[in-house]
Amino acid sequence: MATAIKVNELPKTEVPAAQRPAPKMSARKVNLWYGQKQALFDVDLDVAKNSVVALIGPSGCGKSTFLRCLNRMNDTIDGCRTQGDIRLDDRDIYDRSVDVVQLRRQVGMVFQKPNPFPKSIYENVAYGPRIHGLAANKAEFDEIVETSLKGAGLWNEVADRLSQPGNSLSGGQQQRLCIARAIAVAPDVILMDEPCSALDPIATAKIEELIDELRQHFTICIVTHNMQQAARVSQKTAFFHLGKLIEFGDTDQIFTNPKQQMTQDYITGRFG
Amino acid sequence: MTDLVSNGGRFAAITQRPPRPEAVVAAHTRRRYVRERRFKLIGMSAVIVAISLLAILLATVLSNGAGAFRQSYAVLDVRLDPAQIDPSGNRDPEVLADADYQAVLNDALVAAFPDMDDRQGRRALRAMLSNSSALQLRQMVLDDPALIGSTVPVRFLLDDERDQYLKGEVDPSIPEANRRLKDRDIALVDRLAEQGRIETGFNWTLFTNADSREPEQAGLRAALVGSFWMMLICFFLSVPVGVAAAVYLEEFAPKNRWIDLIEVNVNNLAAVPSIVFGLLGLAIFLNLFGVPRSASLAGGLTLALMTLPVIIVVTRAALRSIPPSIRAAALGIGASPLQVVFHHVLPLALPGILTGTIIGMARALGETAPLLMIGMVAFIANVPSGPLDPATALPVQVFLWSDSPERAFTERMAAAIIVLLGFLIAMNVIAVLLRKKFERTW
Repeated sequence: MATAIKVNELPKTEVPAAQRPAPKMSARKVNLWYGQKQALFDVDLDVAKNSVVALIGPSGCGKSTFLRCLNRMNDTIDGCRTQGDIRLDDRDIYDRSVDVVQLRRQVGMVFQKPNPFPKSIYENVAYGPRIHGLAANKAEFDEIVETSLKGAGLWNEVADRLSQPGNSLSGGQQQRLCIARAIAVAPDVILMDEPCSALDPIATAKIEELIDELRQHFTICIVTHNMQQAARVSQKTAFFHLGKLIEFGDTDQIFTNPKQQMTQDYITGRFG
Repeated sequence: MTDLVSNGGRFAAITQRPPRPEAVVAAHTRRRYVRERRFKLIGMSAVIVAISLLAILLATVLSNGAGAFRQSYAVLDVRLDPAQIDPSGNRDPEVLADADYQAVLNDALVAAFPDMDDRQGRRALRAMLSNSSALQLRQMVLDDPALIGSTVPVRFLLDDERDQYLKGEVDPSIPEANRRLKDRDIALVDRLAEQGRIETGFNWTLFTNADSREPEQAGLRAALVGSFWMMLICFFLSVPVGVAAAVYLEEFAPKNRWIDLIEVNVNNLAAVPSIVFGLLGLAIFLNLFGVPRSASLAGGLTLALMTLPVIIVVTRAALRSIPPSIRAAALGIGASPLQVVFHHVLPLALPGILTGTIIGMARALGETAPLLMIGMVAFIANVPSGPLDPATALPVQVFLWSDSPERAFTERMAAAIIVLLGFLIAMNVIAVLLRKKFERTW
């Protein structure tokens, strides 16, 4: 716990508090239980606007669980209980007044395995805007679909076959389709849960490039098992172990000069 | 690494184990193959036994029932004498309806067999045709009064015993005392055939008439209409309720002890013997709600009770087979739980639900026992015009006819089984085709 506090103090020593922009999302003292088993212990973490935060750590360390707290996807799991304070734009997302449906529009998600709906490419992207009533007519839908697919770098590959099923694309294309689907509802934050773990290196490289471009407009939180990937795409990195946030800091610092021995051991491959 | 190689290390027990004699290994392998072959053989013979039993069943039913689709008719030249039918000549429908058509028919019969013009002879002639023949003449005249005064060839249903004789089902070498058809009747039919007055055609009566005491007039219409109404009621009651219950239990219900209890009970209900549902239907629909006895409504409601748990079980299985990633994807972009179900999960589960539903309905179509409990075993001589009219069902008609001593009814029973099996096979084929068409790989 001392670590987490220390990390949070870190930026304060570098930049005066007044000049620091408020974080897009912030988590304080997040505890989570699956039934009797506690999966997260007092996690404190800030995600700055237009940055990429990578969550790393060995399997079962709670990084995916923490990610799913940020858009309340854990609500759908029976016996899952969350405690603590998670804020989006300084608003408590676990507050009663918060509509979970709207929260998930603002905080989109991309999953480990590409999971396009078994519908057409067009429908996959248009579905989100449709249920949230973001477009009034066909022309507006067309525009959203096109810009979203362009945003996900998929437009050139699928422009002439929008009516084909989303499942007919390759794995990497499917994952970019899922990203297009996520950005179609204009979220503030995009959560990515190991988005490249089912992809080949070339598709992975494309997604990584895309993440870098997306960062200009969205705030991204990504879980990854691939430490090179974390180093490549993120500005900040958080290292989790056994449900605790061990170290959180600038990615450069985590990978070159970790303050914790455990972080050092993990990134050099001594355990995990 | 080098350590492991040099002195074996922890892999020594594996790498340095002395090999078993080759003969032993070979014998072991051989035994494995023998076992595999034996299992294949057992499986194949099981399939062969099942298929041959099915073939025997179908062959028996087909050979017994095929005859019922053909019917013999006697063609007689009937003179519609105005003096007999309409003496006043003003074609008053009431007068036409009251005329003595039996006499007209008798005259036509005697005209064909002049030597039989005595009391006994006329009776034998009359017995040759179905007893509906005079009514048939009456209907013909009422439909077209212009026929009066002319002589027209009319096709009459031949009596069932004579029909059976013509189909070769009556053996004349049996002593006369032991058969219903006497030598004299056989001789008459033979003479009719010699005169070229026998015609054989498709037995439309089987599909246009309701049940009758006279086998040649008996048909499946009441059973077909009754089964149709029951299937309709059963479908529109059990499918919406069953699917709604399954969706709630699978997608929305909290996981607690009550829901577990309900689940156990639903699964039990699906296995409850159908006669018990018949008793339930009798107690609730007939005695409590006063639904007319023997009506398709009562039958449909009872069958719906029986089909409901089946639909719940198959729908839940279909919903469960939809991968959670689809639910996560929809939830992840902000779909409400209801939207997740109705936009994604339910449409994807629909082929499975449909297949299960068709199989459940097919089971309901073939169900007899619960219908016996609610009085659908009655003798229904009129085609029901609605779900509140007394009706019967195809399997019940089979049951009723199987009880009748006449050979012609045995034949018709087999024909009814063929019709029933035809519907069941069609439903199952549709279920398989739907599954094939919508099958999806994830």
